[in-house]
Amino acid sequence: MSFDSAMTGFAALYIFMLAGFAGWVIIGNVPAILHTPLMSGSNFVHGIVVVGGLSALLDASTTLAQAIGFGAVLLGAGNAAGGYAVTDRMLAMFQPSAAPRPAHARKRKG
Amino acid sequence: MLATLAQMAIGATDLVAAFLFLFGLKRMSSPATAASGIRVAGVGMVAAVLVSFLYVFTIDAAARPHLPVNLALALVALGIGGGGAWLAGRRVAMTAMPQMVAIYNGMGGGAAGGIAAVELFDNRAQGSTHLVVTLLGALIGAVSMSGSAIAWAKLQGVLGAPLRFGGQRGLNALVFVAALVVGGWIVAVVAGGVAPMLPVTTWIAIFFGLALLFGILMTLPIGGADMPVVISIYNAFTGLAVAFEGYVLGNPALMIAGMVVGAAGLLLTLLMARAMNRSVANVLFSNFGGAPAKGRRGAITGTERETQASDAAIKMRYAASVIIVPGYGLAAAHAQQKLYEFVKLLLAAKVVVRFAIHPVAGRMPGQMDVLLAEAGVPYDMIFQLDDINADFATTDVALIIGANDVVNPAARSDKASPIYGMPILNADRAGQVYVIKRGQGKGYSGIVNALFYAPNCDMVYGDAQAVLVKMIEAVRGLGAAAA
Repeated sequence: MSFDSAMTGFAALYIFMLAGFAGWVIIGNVPAILHTPLMSGSNFVHGIVVVGGLSALLDASTTLAQAIGFGAVLLGAGNAAGGYAVTDRMLAMFQPSAAPRPAHARKRKG
Repeated sequence: MLATLAQMAIGATDLVAAFLFLFGLKRMSSPATAASGIRVAGVGMVAAVLVSFLYVFTIDAAARPHLPVNLALALVALGIGGGGAWLAGRRVAMTAMPQMVAIYNGMGGGAAGGIAAVELFDNRAQGSTHLVVTLLGALIGAVSMSGSAIAWAKLQGVLGAPLRFGGQRGLNALVFVAALVVGGWIVAVVAGGVAPMLPVTTWIAIFFGLALLFGILMTLPIGGADMPVVISIYNAFTGLAVAFEGYVLGNPALMIAGMVVGAAGLLLTLLMARAMNRSVANVLFSNFGGAPAKGRRGAITGTERETQASDAAIKMRYAASVIIVPGYGLAAAHAQQKLYEFVKLLLAAKVVVRFAIHPVAGRMPGQMDVLLAEAGVPYDMIFQLDDINADFATTDVALIIGANDVVNPAARSDKASPIYGMPILNADRAGQVYVIKRGQGKGYSGIVNALFYAPNCDMVYGDAQAVLVKMIEAVRGLGAAAA
């Protein structure tokens, strides 16, 4: 018995089409004021590639595959963690007129 | 049995993660909910990473003896890569954000390329479709990695002027075609059984070498001011590469996340290019930014008129409404804090103050908004071009700081101007215009700005921070004199 989560042929193309459309519509609604955090945020989202790196590394049986897999996980983890850190930092800075600014957004400037 | 359960758990968690990514991005469409949006997406990421350790139950028999080593390697890689990038991301200055995003982006492209490399070297592809998609993802990922590295070097100032030489486009095209040919050859050898001449692994290495080289060559001639578009494009590239490798690995979460980012990056790229009044192809291949255009003064009469910082400050203090147009020069002078201090004095005197942001202000889309937010400016005071442009005509004073081309009226009127047709902020229509500028000079495009010679425009020369300090003192002095 096997559980197959793989997407092949037209199913894969449907996923690509729908995901691309969803991305276009969702991002199209983001105001220009948020374009930098949006870009770093979407940058963070493609950090999911680290999961693919993990599957490749755990399945490695040669030294070459281990080395490349290690690199892939390292880079993917950097992409995800770094993308999150900068996006979270930037978004914490956006405050309306009335609200007092949170201390951590002030402290980390410069 | 265990393998099946593990796969089901991974599949289910990845499904939830994909939903959380989309939901999180959706929440980013308003400044009020955006901060929670990234956290929602973050939860999805942590869940997806944790559950992917269940892959240990699904591995090949050949990999089983290596499992302890591989697990240790995975933890070390996660720790170093994640920890290092996290610390760097927490510390980086907001002005250096474009470089930082370029690095993270290149890392993602490299990771996608790495996954493709493992697939190719281990010869895991099932059939020619798989192989072609793997190679495509590898190509795009590698280009994104090396291209982002060059973009970083340019933004960081490690690399200076754009590198251009004769026959450059021909060479770039040659390298690109060579990568495609080698990729096609690999498909023919692996899937078609053609005699390889060299070992297949050598061909794969050549393929990656050519792809990396193309990323470098393609980015080298592009000027620093065009980097917003370049970063956007590589963001989209990395997304696409991740989506393709997701297909190869049979992981729908990667496919969805990658394709969403690919579409998002494409949309942002088009928005940026439109705000510069140029096509994406023009940005990538025309070598515009940094080339000294001929300064034309033919149609412009009059001279630049200088005024004192204190006079300008007092005029603004007694105005009913002021619109501030900040450009990258403001950030270069680290003057955002001083600017907001000055604005607070104006607000206290019941002046209506708003900020007008041009789409290409800064070195990446929206960077000026972030820099103002960092200085404490509330987001409801910040307006985008379309929302505020009509209001300049009814505004007493427009204060322009470190911006030039984005307020050049030649874009509206002078058909011969290289920036003709570019959307600009109509600051020239305000009753009085003040321009804070380091000295007499041109914008990055090298175009003379007719606004500076207009009868309603006065120039305040000097470093933005020093000028703003004088302005603050002038307004404070008024208050003291009145008391």
